[in-house]
Amino acid sequence: MADTTAHLEAHATGHDAASHHEPTGWRRWVYSTNHKDIGVMYLIFAIVAGILGGLLSGVMRMELQEPGIQIFHGLAAMVYGVDGDAALDAGKHMYNVFTTAHALIMVFFVVMPATMGGFANYFAPLMIGAPDTAFPRINNIAFWLLPPAFILLLMSLFFEGTGPGALGFGGGWTIYPPLSTTGHPGPAMDFAILSLHVAGVSSILGAINLITTIFNMRAPGMTLHKMPLFAWSVLVTAFLLLLALPVLAGAITMLLTDRNFGTAFFKPAEGGDPILFQHLFWFFGHPEVYIMILPGFGIISHIVSTFSRKPIFGYMAMAYAMVAIGFVGFVVWAHHMYTTGLSLDVQRYFVAATMVIAVPTGVKIFSWIATMWGGSITFKSPMLWAIGFIFLFTVGGVTGVVLANAGADRALHDTYYVVAHFHYVLSLGAVFSIFAGWYYWYPKMFGWLYNETLAKLHFWVMFVGVNLIFFPQHFLGLAGMPRRYIDYPDAFGFFNRISSIGYYITFVAMLIFFYATWEASRKKRPAGDNPWGEGATTLEWTLSSPPPFHQFTTLPRIESTNAH
Amino acid sequence: MAELNHPGIDPAMAKRNKRVAMSGLLLAASMVGLAYVSVPLYNIFCQVTGFGGTPGKATDNPKGIIDREMTVRFDSNVANDLAWTVKAAPHITDKIGAVDTVNYVATNNSDKPITGMAIFNVSPERAGVYFNKIECFCFTEQTLQPGETVDMPIVFFVDPELDDNQELDTIKEITLSYTFYASDNEGS
Repeated sequence: MADTTAHLEAHATGHDAASHHEPTGWRRWVYSTNHKDIGVMYLIFAIVAGILGGLLSGVMRMELQEPGIQIFHGLAAMVYGVDGDAALDAGKHMYNVFTTAHALIMVFFVVMPATMGGFANYFAPLMIGAPDTAFPRINNIAFWLLPPAFILLLMSLFFEGTGPGALGFGGGWTIYPPLSTTGHPGPAMDFAILSLHVAGVSSILGAINLITTIFNMRAPGMTLHKMPLFAWSVLVTAFLLLLALPVLAGAITMLLTDRNFGTAFFKPAEGGDPILFQHLFWFFGHPEVYIMILPGFGIISHIVSTFSRKPIFGYMAMAYAMVAIGFVGFVVWAHHMYTTGLSLDVQRYFVAATMVIAVPTGVKIFSWIATMWGGSITFKSPMLWAIGFIFLFTVGGVTGVVLANAGADRALHDTYYVVAHFHYVLSLGAVFSIFAGWYYWYPKMFGWLYNETLAKLHFWVMFVGVNLIFFPQHFLGLAGMPRRYIDYPDAFGFFNRISSIGYYITFVAMLIFFYATWEASRKKRPAGDNPWGEGATTLEWTLSSPPPFHQFTTLPRIESTNAH
Repeated sequence: MAELNHPGIDPAMAKRNKRVAMSGLLLAASMVGLAYVSVPLYNIFCQVTGFGGTPGKATDNPKGIIDREMTVRFDSNVANDLAWTVKAAPHITDKIGAVDTVNYVATNNSDKPITGMAIFNVSPERAGVYFNKIECFCFTEQTLQPGETVDMPIVFFVDPELDDNQELDTIKEITLSYTFYASDNEGS
């Protein structure tokens, strides 16, 4: 990373900011072309969507706390006005709708907006010394496409799904046909498809904007090989978005025309093949999981380096490990499809290719540890979140290597073992990286210090909570409990109860988070330009907190030769 | 698109930005194209390789008969919207390479003529490429008059090259499965 102690005549001072037209009130936000304001809006959007997605999973955990059906038939009776057996059936459908909505919200409206929308928009331009993104108006469009997409998804919950009295789409986030075509004749699925279309366009526009920014607007002297790792992670992720999302867009457009306009892409009766949808979906879906985690890799690198007061270990290896993960991520998709009847040779290939991803991922894990090795470590809250991330992501990565084996996957496919695996890398990995970034950059974004004790409390309570939720799910999966069912045999009761208790603890952690954020905004303790000291070397720490409305009116010049 | 750039931006930079953005857009558009092109490509791929148990078509068996027996089982499924009953042929055991003929028996249970169509699949999928049909009702649409019962013949052979595939060394049975669909909705 560039050594930015080199003098910066770059501060936009008061008179600069004043000389520009600064919109105020609602215009500042709705018409915003400012990457920092748009970044903050993305973060707020992600938090709002995250509350909803989190509550959905809460209802599911309450239902699964005991064997039998406790919650959803009552909920269905309340919402749909049905009773008796009809309420039970509607309740079962509603449970499926909840799992589907939880997944779609968390993937498309929480993690992606937070990382590639919020942090990438706010900090990628700052870190590369750019005054703004390349296309501020496209940035505005990209953000404002998200609320309509979200509303479309929420509307889908209230339209007919499988039939009369069964509202919403309940076929899982993977939206496999025929369940998503003939299985859900109602308009709920069409709303979900359109929602994904709009969200996809938003992400593609955002990705193009970020790629252009990073390619063309780096400060003089900042070569790609001096660029901070977070900017690298954003660049790689943006390319993944550009290559993966259009394939999803194509696949769901085929679903839409199969459903409504008589095409037969996935209808076996007319020569189509439903398995083809799975190939298309996972060609998008697998890179998508790297889209969710790569920006987190970038964030964690900066935090570990900052609080170890050492440059990141193996900068070049770290950057190219992300490129390698992105590249290999496109040729492993069928490891989600071992049970669809792939030939042994095809399975062998996908097992081997999938295992290869463990190599660059291992390079990253070990480089973070090597960065801490011999460093002068301070365990501030962002560092706790970062170390928590490394631990949890490694657990999820190890179970991923287990699942990569086609033989083991025969037994574990669609069990809670898989649920535990992907929640360890996403709900714990990606979300911990988001909280790490939040606590690392909060003083920069808002100019205030949060209460360190509260932030640490948030970490510890959440760490205990999420591990209680998801670790027992490994045991449930190994014991054969399938995912996506509202009910289960009594034998699975114990670990399900533990898992639900974990949810309540996590819920408390979220209350601490909201309180800590509220407290920080009330107390307004000034943060200063750089609250983290000499370890924080990237360009955003040379600016005021919060940074001026327009920064780098004179571009910073990266002069150091022995970078990072 | 220049007006989408940052106001007051250097025109040379605006041009470079536009070029990168256009390349990005082109990349995204071509990926949508690729998704659609994958549909015919996937079908061709399945037919050529027998991927996913797609059986082959042939006119005769030029490769002779070998001394290994194979049992072929038959299976039939009927979609909900097709008022037919289809009885699968009984299983048959013969030397690999021998040309055999079996009959499915289909009955139209409704009081209207119904046109149906069958799609087919071989299990284990790996054997699909070796399963050759010389004649099959599945190649065309079938119309059954009200109450009519017809025999639907299949003439097939198993390619002796199956014996060279190590993955199929332990295979003693192949199942050919048909699913019947209504090709229009008149009868439903």
